[in-house]
Amino acid sequence: MKPVFPFTAIVGQDEMRDALVIAAIEPRLSGVLIFGDRGTGKSTAVRALAALLPDMAAVKGCAYACDPADEAALCDACRTASARIAHRVPVPVVDLPLGATEDRVVGALNLERALADGAKVFEPGLLARAHRGFLYIDEVNLLEDHIVDLLLDVAASGENLVEREGMSLRHPARFVLIGSGNPEEGELRPQLLDRFGLCVDVQTPTEIAARVEVVRRRDAFDRDAAKFCESYAQAEAELRGRILAARTRLPDVTVADEILGRAAEICMALGTDGLRGELTLLRAARAWAAYQGEDTVTMAHLRHMTEPALRHRLRRDPLDDSLAGTRVARAVAEVFAA
Amino acid sequence: MSPFDSFDAPVPPPLSDSVYAAALLAIDPGLGGVRLCGWSGPARDLWVRRMTGLRPEAAMRKMPVGISDDRLLGGLDLAATLAAGRAVYGSGILAESKGGFLVVAMAERLSPGTAAHLAASIDAGPRPIFIALDEGIGPDETPPAALLDRLAFTVSAFAANDEAWPTPSAIAAASRALNQIDCTPETMQRLCTLAALLGVRSVRAEIFCCRAARAAAALRGGKTIEETDIALAARLVLAPRATQMPDTSPPPEAAAEPQTETQADGETHDKPLEDKIDDAAAAVLPEKLLEALTANLGQRRIVRGAGNAGAAPGLARGRPVGARPGQLNGRARLSVFDTLRAAAPWQRVRQRQAQAPKRIIVRTEDFHIRRFKEQARRITIFAVDASGSSAINRLAEAKGAIMLLLADCYVQRDEVALIAFRGVTAELLLPPTSALARARRALSALPGGGPTPLATGITTALRLAITERRSGKQPLLVFLTDGGANIGQDGKPGRAAAGRDALAAAKACAMQNLPVLVVDTAPRRQAFVAELAGTMDARYVPLPYADAARLSRAVQAAGGPHGRVAA
Repeated sequence: MKPVFPFTAIVGQDEMRDALVIAAIEPRLSGVLIFGDRGTGKSTAVRALAALLPDMAAVKGCAYACDPADEAALCDACRTASARIAHRVPVPVVDLPLGATEDRVVGALNLERALADGAKVFEPGLLARAHRGFLYIDEVNLLEDHIVDLLLDVAASGENLVEREGMSLRHPARFVLIGSGNPEEGELRPQLLDRFGLCVDVQTPTEIAARVEVVRRRDAFDRDAAKFCESYAQAEAELRGRILAARTRLPDVTVADEILGRAAEICMALGTDGLRGELTLLRAARAWAAYQGEDTVTMAHLRHMTEPALRHRLRRDPLDDSLAGTRVARAVAEVFAA
Repeated sequence: MSPFDSFDAPVPPPLSDSVYAAALLAIDPGLGGVRLCGWSGPARDLWVRRMTGLRPEAAMRKMPVGISDDRLLGGLDLAATLAAGRAVYGSGILAESKGGFLVVAMAERLSPGTAAHLAASIDAGPRPIFIALDEGIGPDETPPAALLDRLAFTVSAFAANDEAWPTPSAIAAASRALNQIDCTPETMQRLCTLAALLGVRSVRAEIFCCRAARAAAALRGGKTIEETDIALAARLVLAPRATQMPDTSPPPEAAAEPQTETQADGETHDKPLEDKIDDAAAAVLPEKLLEALTANLGQRRIVRGAGNAGAAPGLARGRPVGARPGQLNGRARLSVFDTLRAAAPWQRVRQRQAQAPKRIIVRTEDFHIRRFKEQARRITIFAVDASGSSAINRLAEAKGAIMLLLADCYVQRDEVALIAFRGVTAELLLPPTSALARARRALSALPGGGPTPLATGITTALRLAITERRSGKQPLLVFLTDGGANIGQDGKPGRAAAGRDALAAAKACAMQNLPVLVVDTAPRRQAFVAELAGTMDARYVPLPYADAARLSRAVQAAGGPHGRVAA
């Protein structure tokens, strides 16, 4: 396998890296949206994250990599199987390319079997492959509408319903959605924006020193990838350990009423739609606290996650181009000062 | 360097930039590829032939613009599968051209989907050297940005026919020497500073620049990267990506001391960027670049994400709406289920006729292809009279109405474009976009004043509408004017000629059969504006006392964002 540029070797972009790590700790946040220019390391970070995460247990031979320990979430084949053998597989990070057809995303009749022996066999698509892992869409704002519709439905229900070409079946498809794009090139539908738990803005580093460091590390990686990865092996292992520890700690992280109140306050101040903003904000704050190795959520944790959890939820007026980030920052300053 | 150059190695004759680009790319395929701007012709053909000749062992493949995904990436070969009765797989052109050259024809028409596949192959392999032929006209027709960002070079002037190119053996030797050449931190520092000066945003540019400088050193036969290599790399990689003019006035003392590892102490961070430049900065900036930049400054070239090919409605994209019998050609996609269903009743008959029994016999006449309904994206083109008389009359109201329409367009996710005409020209203030925040900025910055070049305004808007229609969109033209034309098509003042020219332009507009709305912004109905609308076959809306909301409703009635265009 081709070596992957290590996650810990990415220069700067702390907000993006933290958001990705938090999404890996708390999959229920359901995704990260990364907005920014080209060449800011978005794709690099997503691919590096996959290499960083520890392997997971899966049912051997299952097309959806079902979790043998999670009885409720098994696919039909696994549920009825007499014996389930577990093995370790890497966490899938599946690319959804822009031009992907509905067939490839949802799955379709297996052409080979249909044409060669006339059998009706389902060929799982990208959604099946992304189950329990990450689905990455570069330039998500250019994605065709009917693919977006599909994604919205599957992301909401956690299962993929196939009713086509004479087939009728369903299979689990729970994944963390990671989208990246440049907002200057097209808008995202509010419904799709809402599916992403966190939203980060990445900027091209403007400091020369940072850019030099990017070029230096990339150059070292291009010239001898194995040696370069080796020099980051320890940092990678440490971060992997922190993620695992945070996942274990997460269910026990407590949130005081005072924090809940403050979260509600800030959502009111910003006028976010519905309850999803609050819920996401609290989940993100808990995951952040767990990542920091703490058992209770503090105001600082809440404050830290407010921008990424809320900045994409208040673009209600398309013509108001005052940066959403600024509005959130202002509201944060007011609410937390009180 | 050849063994004959023993002592005083003569400097090899300098090559032209397009040859350097080819040579560096052949030495280090990690540079991704090159974008060739220019129309097809002997000079371009020769360049491609010589470029591919630099690596004679590498094959050259050509990719048509409307390539299907299975030919690009590989997949089941349907015809062979049916003939053989077992699955036959074809490899895609990307895998087949790995390690060779892939010529991408009409790159400016690539669909974003195809470009995404090409970009992914550059990132992860299999990777050929891409030669993207860009025949686009103007800043609106460019290859998808995702691809451009991953190609190191842009070549727009081709080498003279008699220029001597490096030999394949020289290229091979340089290629082998590549890994021995170090790129020092100082060199990286220089390159990054230059990039920052030129307003280059993507960090990929600097990474390419670093590789290009190394390849340039290898081509020279040098062991280290020298000044000339840096200059060459910056000229080839950074200059075409520049978005701003550097401040080239050399700072008094900075030239003397080269930047060393003083980054860590934090002091250099505080200095303004200009102080960090050494003299080479000005030297590596080609003169033409400076000219071009001065001309373009302020209107940054907008790279739109989407190309246009593959938009042939009906067969390739959109929502599936059933299948019909048909042949697999071009972009048509087979509907397997319907094909098998069509074949089913004939199985017995065919089995009897067949020499060797097969499970299932499908013939080409059974083929059903899928049909898709593609919703044509609408684009509303506003042409606003921003002349002095209009400014007094209704410019503010017109702006308000457009704002309302923009909000409607957002709901529909339509595109908008904004043209303003005043003085002697019409200016495309906002190229077609669906990023509406930008539309709003362009509009609020719209100045008023000067005479009215009505004919030029109509022609410019019409030209844009035709271009957009050709790329599969549904244009709607909205003119807002008080009709006081006083500048002719030729830019000369004179009311009578200006009026005649405007009517002639209106006639040309009528011949295109586009939905048009003409809004009269004068305080009282202007007979001339009505005549203009009549000539255009347009809907005429006199709105002397209109408020913005009423104007917006009128546009919708004419087929704007909410109305449907009957044509």
